[in-house]
Amino acid sequence: MIKRLGVLVACLFAFAVAPAGAAELYGTLKKVKEKGEIVMGHREASVPFAYIGPDGKPIGYSIDLCNKIIDKVKNELKMPDLKVKQVPVTPQTRIPLLANGTIDIECGSTTNNLTRTQQVDFLAVTYITGTKLAVKKGSGIKEIEDLKGKAIGLALGTTNEKAIKTVAEQLKIDLKYHMVKDHPQGWLALETGRVDAYATDDVLLYGLISKSKDPSKYEVVGRFLSYDPYGIMVRRDDSAIRLLGNTVLADLMRSGEMQKIYDKWFNPGPTNIKMPISADLKKAYEIQALPY
Amino acid sequence: MAMKYNWDWSVVLCRAPEGVATGTGGSAAQLPGGTSAFAGGAAQTFDTGAHCAQPYFDWIVSGLGWTVVVSVFAWVIAFSVGSVIGVSRTLDQPWVRRGATTYVELFRNVPLLVQMFLWFFVVPELLPKETGYFLKRQLPLPEYWTAIVCLGFYHASRTAEQVRAGIEAIPRGQTYAALAMGLTPAQVYRYVLLPVSYRIIIPPLTSDFMGIFKNSSVALTIGVLELTAQSRQIAEYTFNIFEVFTVTTVLYILITLIVSTIMRFVEKRLHIPGTIALGGN
Repeated sequence: MIKRLGVLVACLFAFAVAPAGAAELYGTLKKVKEKGEIVMGHREASVPFAYIGPDGKPIGYSIDLCNKIIDKVKNELKMPDLKVKQVPVTPQTRIPLLANGTIDIECGSTTNNLTRTQQVDFLAVTYITGTKLAVKKGSGIKEIEDLKGKAIGLALGTTNEKAIKTVAEQLKIDLKYHMVKDHPQGWLALETGRVDAYATDDVLLYGLISKSKDPSKYEVVGRFLSYDPYGIMVRRDDSAIRLLGNTVLADLMRSGEMQKIYDKWFNPGPTNIKMPISADLKKAYEIQALPY
Repeated sequence: MAMKYNWDWSVVLCRAPEGVATGTGGSAAQLPGGTSAFAGGAAQTFDTGAHCAQPYFDWIVSGLGWTVVVSVFAWVIAFSVGSVIGVSRTLDQPWVRRGATTYVELFRNVPLLVQMFLWFFVVPELLPKETGYFLKRQLPLPEYWTAIVCLGFYHASRTAEQVRAGIEAIPRGQTYAALAMGLTPAQVYRYVLLPVSYRIIIPPLTSDFMGIFKNSSVALTIGVLELTAQSRQIAEYTFNIFEVFTVTTVLYILITLIVSTIMRFVEKRLHIPGTIALGGN
């Protein structure tokens, strides 16, 4: 009886283990194994998430995290010499390039939202920001309510644009919208007095202020008008790469290394952005440090 | 590897949000599945509630409208300013000629994108404070006016060159004959040179007119919500990038086809029998 039970247990064990060991690679990992290279899509001016460093190579918070994930891919596939190709992407190209297989992983500052998740998939939240307003000091503007009848700059097609328009509609605040192509132009509109406020993710506003001609003339004001959780993008319907990526991120968050990488880029960071970790992000690290 | 992408052509037909619950939303929710054979590797999805969150169809229509409005107004400026400059380049007064040449070289040689930026961001700063403030804050729709003026002046330099070429294509003998008959120089232009030269330059003017429609997309850099800007906007909202830009491409082709058809008609109507070859056919 005991013997039989032993055989049964052994059989069960074999069933449980054998398929796992022989699991076939699929999706991104299969493609990487076959091509012998992994392609990292990166932004070029998303300071300090992913931007071109002094030596012309992409660096930043998201790039560091992606490299940790790529290291894990090398380990899993037993390909220590796996080639890593870097391809620059823009907000307009990042999703089609990931969907059509040009890049395998996107490292930048992409907000995770449901519409995007119809085309791509996101790993764990690696940064939390939200929409705030940058104004000239002494303008008397403290909240979006103070902008009644005034002009606000918004970057075309950003999540912030949606957020501001929704809030303004809910609160019935009459705003004059000035659409801009990108952040530098939005900043120029604020500097030249074409708009009274410029709205985008607060971390980007701090970055813009730190790079402006006279940082002491501007300030970031108001409450968060939206939450924007950033995530690293991978292809849809690919649980394997997602599990691998999330394992790496959970490990980093659990071990406290995530906090070190954060401080390296944000506090004070190479661009002197001086943003200590927020309570929200600290909590997010703790929650997403999933147990074994 | 197969492209992982959810094709959904219905986004370009989204109307005002009220219609979501009954109309477009319902049929659209089934559409991704239905089109998956076309996509090859569509990922399974369902309506997250974001579908048709905005009236994308109306955005395209409004974008198309602004493209047409900006381009037509810019063309009026281009045609009138260009004619004056072009004629000036053929006049005998050296100072007038030099001034017109400077205009042409200046506006033709600076990239349109840079000009757009200069008109919008730099010019108001150079003007007296009140005028600059008026341009920046009090003038309604400042970016649209700026785009019209900028595009108009840029294309005026090109029109001017065509007008000059048209006038210079007419044998000098005709001018001398007209002057000998006692016409004043103004009358020579009015009755002899311009009626013929404008007819000669209709084909290049047509290309330029189409060019204005295409160049109007540059105005998105200063915040004009024309067709390309709206397409980018919709692409950012829905991520059905390929579908939206396909529709936009077709619309641009349609506009230019309409322009070339109209201009061909104009060309035929104004054709003087026996003078120049009838182009286009």
